[in-house]
Amino acid sequence: MSHAVVGKPLPKVDAFDKVTGRARYTDDLKLPRMLAGKILRSPRPHARIVRIDPAPALALPGVRAVLTGRDLPIRYGILPVSQDEHALALEKVCYAGEPVAAVAADDVETAERALGLIEVEYEDLPPVMSPAEALAEGAPQIHEDGKPGNVHRVAALEFGDVEAGFAAADHVREDLFYFGGNTHAAMEEHAVLASWDEARLTVWSSTQVPHYLQRALSRVLELPPSRIRVVVPTLGGGFGAKSDPFPHELVAGKLAIVTGRPVKITLSREEVFYCHRGRHPVQMRVRTGFTRDGLITAMDFDSVLDGGAFGSFGAASTLYTGALQTTTYRVPAYRFKGLRVFTNKPPCGPKRGHGTPQPRFALECHLDKVAEELGLDPVELRRRNLVEPFSKTVNHLRITSCGLAECVERVVEASGFERKHGRLPRGRGVGFAVSAYISGAGLPIYANEMPQSEVQVKVDRGGGVTVYSMATDIGQGSSSVLRTFTAEILGLEPEDVAVVTADTDLTPIDLGSYSSRVTFMAGNAAVAAAERMRDLVLGAVAEERGLQRDRLVLRGGRVFEEGEPEGGLSWQEAVEVASAARGPLVAAGGYKPPELAGPFKGSGVGPSPAYSFTAAVVELSCDPETGEIEPEEVWIAHDIGRSVNPLLVEGQIEGSVYMALGEALMEEHAFRDGVHRGPSLVDYKTLTTLEMPPVHSIIVETIDPEGPFGAKEVGQGALLPVIPAVANALADAVGVRIDEVPITPDKVMKALRELERGGPGRVGPKEIPQFEFREPVRVEPPEGPGPWTGPVRA
Amino acid sequence: MINLPVFEYARPRTLEEACALLAEGGASVVAGGTDLLPNMKRRQVEPRLLVSLRGLSDLSELREQDGGLAVGAGVTLAALASHPAVCEGYPALARAAELVSSPQIRSAATVGGNLCVDTRCTYYDLSESWRQSIGFCLKLGADTCRLASGGDRCWAVSSSDLAPVAVAYDARVRLVSAAGERVVDCFDLYRDDGAAYLGLAPGEILTELLLPPPAGLRVTYRKVRRRGSIDFPILGVAAGVRLDDDGRCTDARLVLGAVASAPRRVRQAEEALEGSRLEPEAIEAAADAATLVARPMDNSDLTPGYRKRRVRVEVSRAFAELAGSP
Repeated sequence: MSHAVVGKPLPKVDAFDKVTGRARYTDDLKLPRMLAGKILRSPRPHARIVRIDPAPALALPGVRAVLTGRDLPIRYGILPVSQDEHALALEKVCYAGEPVAAVAADDVETAERALGLIEVEYEDLPPVMSPAEALAEGAPQIHEDGKPGNVHRVAALEFGDVEAGFAAADHVREDLFYFGGNTHAAMEEHAVLASWDEARLTVWSSTQVPHYLQRALSRVLELPPSRIRVVVPTLGGGFGAKSDPFPHELVAGKLAIVTGRPVKITLSREEVFYCHRGRHPVQMRVRTGFTRDGLITAMDFDSVLDGGAFGSFGAASTLYTGALQTTTYRVPAYRFKGLRVFTNKPPCGPKRGHGTPQPRFALECHLDKVAEELGLDPVELRRRNLVEPFSKTVNHLRITSCGLAECVERVVEASGFERKHGRLPRGRGVGFAVSAYISGAGLPIYANEMPQSEVQVKVDRGGGVTVYSMATDIGQGSSSVLRTFTAEILGLEPEDVAVVTADTDLTPIDLGSYSSRVTFMAGNAAVAAAERMRDLVLGAVAEERGLQRDRLVLRGGRVFEEGEPEGGLSWQEAVEVASAARGPLVAAGGYKPPELAGPFKGSGVGPSPAYSFTAAVVELSCDPETGEIEPEEVWIAHDIGRSVNPLLVEGQIEGSVYMALGEALMEEHAFRDGVHRGPSLVDYKTLTTLEMPPVHSIIVETIDPEGPFGAKEVGQGALLPVIPAVANALADAVGVRIDEVPITPDKVMKALRELERGGPGRVGPKEIPQFEFREPVRVEPPEGPGPWTGPVRA
Repeated sequence: MINLPVFEYARPRTLEEACALLAEGGASVVAGGTDLLPNMKRRQVEPRLLVSLRGLSDLSELREQDGGLAVGAGVTLAALASHPAVCEGYPALARAAELVSSPQIRSAATVGGNLCVDTRCTYYDLSESWRQSIGFCLKLGADTCRLASGGDRCWAVSSSDLAPVAVAYDARVRLVSAAGERVVDCFDLYRDDGAAYLGLAPGEILTELLLPPPAGLRVTYRKVRRRGSIDFPILGVAAGVRLDDDGRCTDARLVLGAVASAPRRVRQAEEALEGSRLEPEAIEAAADAATLVARPMDNSDLTPGYRKRRVRVEVSRAFAELAGSP
């Protein structure tokens, strides 16, 4: 079936505003009598607050309010299981950069001066800067009410009989890997503007999660959610950086209430590094058993996550480091043990790929080593183990549409991988890897039975259609996607559809722009709402005009009986007919994923109504005298179900490749002497346009049975295979293995020198922290693939 | 966003006027502002008065003089990189200018600004509150250097791309103040002290870079940094040779940038090459000598060990390039 709008490469809804500078971001907003807010942050990584005195700051003319931890004593956190943060530190500080006080003043200069007048006396405690230090005997306890050893979360799960699987293996290999921490580096620095009118609080914020922000504001400020409006103006990039509620948001709300005046806080780039919630540093051990033919018999995966000072999404991140290994390969028996510990660093959280790029890096590098040992082509090894469409994994994940095999073949073909691998001159190599990612988490963050996304469609008497959705366009193009679906179903031009989003007063629920859920979930809700509107209008027209309902179609701005486009009536007329006959032209739709959780604790992480699949080949050159790596070309095939808008899809894929190459080659959230080594964009290296190689994006469509128009996620999954493909390509180019990320020139040279001396030519961890895990919970594998349920639109 | 501190601003019409303003103290010269203004935002310097050189049109001139070139301090790096006389006679200088930061920066940044660019250190180039969190450092606000091997001197790194090349070309600089003017060797402009890295007297303005006729001197510049744009050098190698008709090296230059607080001239390396035909053995000896003197510290990008080893590679490649191209 051909579509009029779906599948067309149309520019984004907000493209023109963004490139002309007309778009208004949160920091662009101004209100009368607005005050400037500033936050004082801890210079110490770990210390008790002995005394804090805001009086000298309050005495400064122009200062309207000063807050300390005592003014906002209620704990909060994004996950119900991790309510461990304070808006402003209460008794102790747990990382350098943690907010301890806040000021509202007439202008920014006065607010900054006031920060310097707040007297804080600290009693230093020894900082804990790594999981090994955190777990060491007698280590200082970061959270006194927490588990001993600074342990945040532990997971230990076993699916099927792992030992039997290893016993049946002809070959077992074990490898250790480390994935260093990195951060999102979104272009827009977080900003918030809060305004209080004696009854209601309005908060404009650069957040990916207006709904969760509303909940956190309600909890900490002790206001009913009905009195809080959260609005997200144009947002300049999130990537997971803006999916927690943050101190500056709670503080701005409180300052607005206390002063009775609007308060704006815009963070500096340095403060954004302290907000962090970026990629967890993860130490990993992977052990896999294979038959002689390269079939996986069992897999054992351990991960130790360096969580930073607070929980954030960490409980989920921990499980994500073990959940999706089974979604690309058939693993008949699988054991996962995960551990997250607290350290005195800014909290880690979800960054594009949330908890899965680290294990994917480990797994795909590990498989290349296995292939080498078995004397198999690395692609062939994967081919023999690929998951089947419409199957269930050993850890109870339901796979629906799956174009992984096609992704593999197309990327191998396009790149000439088989012709190049092992055959390019020294200093040039190709690497291959695959991955899968969720299209939204199957379960909501807080347990509930309600829809995860709702959309309303309203038709104006002029024929214009407005779509209302809390889905937050963070640059990924969700507003454009909602418009596309609606225009397609109602047979209109995209320009006839207005989209109102991300406003808790105006729009119905969407849980937020995280876990690649919006196209799938808000998209399904939009389809449901638009179809109801279509049915409402067509039903009325059929009845009033004596036309056959089941032959009526909406196309090109007209309503007519199929095959008779010259008959019928215009959309405008149809709207008038329907409105006269049926009253208000409003319709709503919702989406809730099917029941997907497996029969075990921890099964909330991993299930998704659909998975995207990706395969990538990276070709790079490496100068063996300098260790410098230059990515030359990237081929990447992404099964996204349906390409709703190829322009946006390619943008997402290219953005993923960009971010992945940065993580692979240079991005590093590094610490020294307890503080961030370089919280600036000069010190924290990301690729420039000069390092960005040509990217060949290959879109694979599998038309998922439950996705809106068959669509699945795009934008996170494509990041995953690129990082291990770089490591694998480096091994092909110069014969060294860098089993840790980032792969920097100094590490390459170290490995090359080791290789020259006859060593293995490897840089990477030699051990991972020892931890006494409890006996894993044993879970029986699912019986057969099980039925898929079809779309569950409410 | 970080705000600038409060300051006054003057835009004098003559050099005399500028010198008079600077003589009052507490003032700083500003041209492109690409180094100074970020430093002010970080509260590394808080001048009472900024004296703009933009009103002094003489300073943005580039003219031939005594067979060489006189480059006004206000010439932008973009203009320098594309000037025919520079590309023709001093291609390494054009190359070095082209390798500074990004196109946007180069269209504002000036020759004088890059020659005088502040020394850099990862314990220093961050916000005031960050520096407070480490107890400040010897360059500003404390009396010890934060580098483990530090102590009582500042090890901040000379980060100019133009400086090593200018030194290799035997360039001089004209310095003007209310007290008069002087011309010094570019090499003598610098001191190996990260905190007091410039030999400028108070109130002195660098007005001109004076390049002598190349007279057969061929120079090349290699810059090491993580990315192809934006980044300061973590190693700069300016290498030069004069060869006689016989292909024998009569005169060699090797100046390293970003391995010390001043451009580092490596005489032993130059001597190793002089009299040679730039054979691999001579180049290797020069590279060894250079590696020996380079002492990078853990206050820049990548590891000091890597940066030290990289000196050998880049010096070898620089002279190999000069040996290979007539």
